[in-house]
Amino acid sequence: MLSRESSATLMSAITAFLYREARLQDEHQYEAWEKLWTDDGVYWVPANGADIDPERQMSIIYDNRSRIALRVRQLMTGKHFTQTPQSNLRRLISNIELMDEQPDNGDIAVASNSLIFESSLRDDTLWAARNEYRLRHVDGELRMASKKVILVNNDKAIYTLSFLV
Amino acid sequence: MNMMTGVPPWERLIRPDRVHGSLYTDPEIFEAELKNIWYRTWVYVGHESEVPDANDYVVKSIGPQSVIMTRDEQGKVNLLLNRCSHRGNQVCSFERGNARSFTCPFHSWTFANDGRLVGYAFPDGYEGQDKAQLALGRVTRVESYRGFVFGSFAADGPTLKEHLGGAAETIDRLVRTSPEGEVEITAGFLKHRVKANWKFILENECDGYHPAFVHTSIFGVADSMIGKLYGGASTALTRDYGNGHTEIDLRPEFRKRDAPLSWFGTSEERLPDYTARMKTAYGDTAAREIMIDGTPHVMIFPNLFIAEIQMFVIQPLGVDDSVQHVTALQFKGAPDLNRRLRQQTMGSVGPAGFLLADDSEMYERCHRGVLARNPEWIFLGRGEKRQRQDELGFTVGHVTDEVPSRGIWTHYRKLMEPA
Repeated sequence: MLSRESSATLMSAITAFLYREARLQDEHQYEAWEKLWTDDGVYWVPANGADIDPERQMSIIYDNRSRIALRVRQLMTGKHFTQTPQSNLRRLISNIELMDEQPDNGDIAVASNSLIFESSLRDDTLWAARNEYRLRHVDGELRMASKKVILVNNDKAIYTLSFLV
Repeated sequence: MNMMTGVPPWERLIRPDRVHGSLYTDPEIFEAELKNIWYRTWVYVGHESEVPDANDYVVKSIGPQSVIMTRDEQGKVNLLLNRCSHRGNQVCSFERGNARSFTCPFHSWTFANDGRLVGYAFPDGYEGQDKAQLALGRVTRVESYRGFVFGSFAADGPTLKEHLGGAAETIDRLVRTSPEGEVEITAGFLKHRVKANWKFILENECDGYHPAFVHTSIFGVADSMIGKLYGGASTALTRDYGNGHTEIDLRPEFRKRDAPLSWFGTSEERLPDYTARMKTAYGDTAAREIMIDGTPHVMIFPNLFIAEIQMFVIQPLGVDDSVQHVTALQFKGAPDLNRRLRQQTMGSVGPAGFLLADDSEMYERCHRGVLARNPEWIFLGRGEKRQRQDELGFTVGHVTDEVPSRGIWTHYRKLMEPA
């Protein structure tokens, strides 16, 4: 176990990291957001529940690191019409918890809840999710080795989700 | 609208090279479509492989109606309406499962998975009642073609085979991609909602004019060979099979490449297990032909779209509210191919798909666009002068021509006009 003091320091760093990620996403800073990933990052938004096997079942997003890069490059073209014009976004991140302070592989398991207000050409849409991260220190900086976004309504028919969630 | 009867003068709304914008936005026309198309003609509901074992069920739909597809104890596939025959409560609240019977939570009426009413609570109040009169509602006719289960609410009318007509051959072509000749729908569905009329989706599926523009962002950054298939110099074809079924036939381009599995951006070397199984199943020559031609790109009217590597099912919920249910096609006996099909499908389609997010954006913008009343028409004349008949007598055109839309509207008018 970490000491109470180092745990508080870690929690503070993690909170700052998650807030920063949220701001980069809300403000469509695609390249800065991409830099938050480790080289083996996995970005996963399951469909039809939280515990499906993404190797067997359809997910809304199941990106390895190169597909994360492709997603960002498509957004950067300015011709990804679903984000041209871009959605206006603001999200709240809360309920941040350290889920495992001493994992075997050195990654830090963190979870949060998010509530995202999207205003797009279609309409205003409210999204809610549980976010599960594995964070890792790389060269002294926190990075995302995995991010799993479990939309509360991922078993239902949902509108286009083309911003970074 | 004809104010006397509420029936629109279809010949004034649907012309050979243009259709009226109100066809997409008028709530009365949507209600008429439910009656004349969705609750009458053959509609794709589900696939037999989704209920592989006795007592399996999965909840599907025909338009806004919830339909339970069951496999009963005798192995027969039933399409039951999810509505208790007592007070209308939905008898099934789970998307899938295995159950011999469904018990309504309201008054505990219980139905066998073939629809029979097998019991109600406190039966002494129903003295002399014939239970057979109180079965679950059923989709009147149920037929399947190579595992694809269709339902029709009309007691009479064309058989499924007659309805599929020339398009049945595309499904034959599809299943041959499996070394065992069978498609399996096992990867779960993404459900992508759009605030747009269902016909914008239907018409876009075989519109070969849009990919070069709508999908320019992904073609530009991915190392995609798809763009060229839809270019001005492409030899690919659009085809109208009649009965509203339309196709983009990419085989001329794939045959020029003359490379097995090029249709899927891969090669025999990268899928050695699949290639070996195909050669064992079909022989070297036929396997090579199948693997060069690839899978079809066909829109079976009104709601089943086979898009080479995935399957879409279009569901209309309201005049401006539609759902695209989409999953990766899986082929029996082809695990290495199937894995890539799932990966590619997840990248391309669904709410966050590289392709479908942009397609769906177009559907929604078109729907809002046609609310403007001038010009009144949607112009569908592209390629009208250069279309021709193929060797089987089906109308074909250049891959970017609007042969499919014209075919869809010709059939639509037949269905909507009073007999």
